[in-house]
Amino acid sequence: MNKLWLIIQREYLTRVTRKSFILATLLTPFAFALFFVVVAVIFGYESDDSRKVAVIDKSAILQGALKDEKNLFFKFVDYDLDFLRKHLDSLQYDAILEVPPMDDVLANKYTLYYYAEDAPTLDIELMIKDRIRDAVREYKIRELNLERKQLEALETRVELDPEPLQEGGADSSTITSAIGAGIGMIMGFIMYIVVFVYGAMVMRSVMEEKTTRIVEVMISSVRPFHLMLGKIIGVGAVGLTQVAVWAILIPSLMFIVQVVFGIDTAQFSAMEPGAEIDPDDMEQMMALGLREIQNINWWLIFPLFVIYFLGGYFMYSSFFAAVGASMSDDLGEGQSLTLPIVIPVILALYIMMAAVQAPNSSLAVWSSIFPLFSPIVMPARLAFNPPAWEILVSVVLLIATSVSFVWLSGRIYRVGILMYGKKVTLKEFGKWMFRKM
Amino acid sequence: MTNHPILRLEEVLKAYDQKIAVDRVTLSVPKGAIFGMLGPNGAGKTSLIRIITTITQADSGKVFLDGEPLNSKHPEFIGYMPEERGLYKKMKVGDHLLYLGRLKGLSKAQTEAEIRRWFEKLEISDWWNKKVEELSKGMQQKIQFIATVIHRPKLLILDEPFSGLDPINTNLIKDEIYQLHQEGTSIIFSTHRMEQVEEICEHIVLINQGKNILEGEVKAIRNQFKEHQFRIDFEGNLPEDLPSKVRTIKENGGSAVIQLLEGAESNQLLGYLIDRGVRIKAFNELLPSLNEIFIRQVEQSNAGLAAASGH
Repeated sequence: MNKLWLIIQREYLTRVTRKSFILATLLTPFAFALFFVVVAVIFGYESDDSRKVAVIDKSAILQGALKDEKNLFFKFVDYDLDFLRKHLDSLQYDAILEVPPMDDVLANKYTLYYYAEDAPTLDIELMIKDRIRDAVREYKIRELNLERKQLEALETRVELDPEPLQEGGADSSTITSAIGAGIGMIMGFIMYIVVFVYGAMVMRSVMEEKTTRIVEVMISSVRPFHLMLGKIIGVGAVGLTQVAVWAILIPSLMFIVQVVFGIDTAQFSAMEPGAEIDPDDMEQMMALGLREIQNINWWLIFPLFVIYFLGGYFMYSSFFAAVGASMSDDLGEGQSLTLPIVIPVILALYIMMAAVQAPNSSLAVWSSIFPLFSPIVMPARLAFNPPAWEILVSVVLLIATSVSFVWLSGRIYRVGILMYGKKVTLKEFGKWMFRKM
Repeated sequence: MTNHPILRLEEVLKAYDQKIAVDRVTLSVPKGAIFGMLGPNGAGKTSLIRIITTITQADSGKVFLDGEPLNSKHPEFIGYMPEERGLYKKMKVGDHLLYLGRLKGLSKAQTEAEIRRWFEKLEISDWWNKKVEELSKGMQQKIQFIATVIHRPKLLILDEPFSGLDPINTNLIKDEIYQLHQEGTSIIFSTHRMEQVEEICEHIVLINQGKNILEGEVKAIRNQFKEHQFRIDFEGNLPEDLPSKVRTIKENGGSAVIQLLEGAESNQLLGYLIDRGVRIKAFNELLPSLNEIFIRQVEQSNAGLAAASGH
């Protein structure tokens, strides 16, 4: 045990003290923040050519009221269109907006005319259309003598609140599902990345020990199984360290960037047409969301996340260790050996995405029990309150599978690390598992 | 002090898929000896060593270390320098030795003291913070040697220790081996380089095709295989007629190799020559070199095995 601890320490410390690790761990959040700033600057970039627009509104539809923008100024004028068109430059206008009289108040199409050297840019066009739409609405309400309150009552926001069948059952809302799905997706992606990044790190490191011939020196002091397990745990701890640093640094840097640069995240959503949300609604949803986040049973879900994370990591990375041990000096030939683990992980990722849409479909249920998929699929289902027996069976199967994977990989490992210059096939893996040393 | 051997193997057998790597080997390594384990490539030396170092286990047979059946605590008493050896390239020399020492069960303080002692001895005190990859091949070998002996093993196993070493470093390591020998460490020295064995070892075992085909003290073995040949340096001429049980194998101007047949005595020959007025300058018995014995024995055992499998 003491030796296992020494191995874990070495595997961990040599990696976290490496310059490349420190740089990657610290610079990635900064790169994120920088990206964030750059994107914000690009989106926030405002056209710097200001325009003066002369508005001809003979029938007073706009009632002389059209608000100026930062670089778009409206001026109501009494000139004739023809006169203006001739003397646009000398009057120092850039464009003319002609507001024709409205023949039919009930028509839902209304065309204005924009005279200028060049066509209006997209943002100017959108802005003008927006302003005019509001003004025309007001005009129509006046002309038709409509009651404003009645008009507002016509718009109804419909909600569907899922309620439990049994009395006193856990109440949930659609927001729970949304949040659950979000957390599950994030969890699934983290798992996926961890498997490939750190699993591959375990594999490379095992291979390096083999090719630099350190391994025989090592196993004359420690059991091969301890060497493998120590490496898996040590690298896993490195991964956790990195994820933890990112989990703290990325949000706090984002926060700092927002404060320092005064970038408003809402700006991004406002850029998308049609994504306008009533601030009241927004607040309500935030409050609801927060309540729902508190409603989720974190005391159950968080430990389960950890179990699935560790189970998945041990299961996959031990296999990577076995592959690393079986490779000769050529990195390429290991690729085909990693297929049995790469394919399930990729499949699991797709199943997870489907499971978020339909968390109780039989595909989702069975995949969240099947141990090769469950570390990625089950976390995505947890927020949807799956039956307890499913969680139990899935956890038991996962733990049993990871333990046996680690054990079997250990058996492949100890044979593989002493085998040089031989191309290994999956069939030999099977033989090695049951070979006595 | 009990006089059991530091290592004793009894009928040790180890088979891999299609091949018997170690075939019922029995041998003893006397305490404090430098013991040469010889054999052609692929003879099973490394397989045997892996069993002794508990890297693998024998299929059958017994192994005793210092009188006790081999157990999982024993690696701490063994220092093993494999033929295939290496170090973690990115680690600092001091940290690396500390790590390997502690894996052998030493405390941190003990290991550090040992490292300092070795560093001073080899005059490399400023190496602690150097990375392994910054060292030359020969320097790395020195570190490898320190790593092997840092826990003061009772039994030191060196598999081709001088491969890849230049003559200066070879001598340096050789001196260290002698010193450890003086201090009472038992050493197994595995190689196929005969001249090294002849120089260093007192006892040997010869392994071929997984079998122990010859074991014993170097002197005794050479005596056992002697062919009663003598080299005579002389002035004048050898007489035409030699005694009946004496043959001349080779003669060229003042030097001859003489074979004594069954029943002939070297003193008789010497007297005979002196009586005939030959002025003897030197008279030596020619013992076969280990190399000759090795080649002869391996060929003989291969022939035996071929014959056996032919039946």
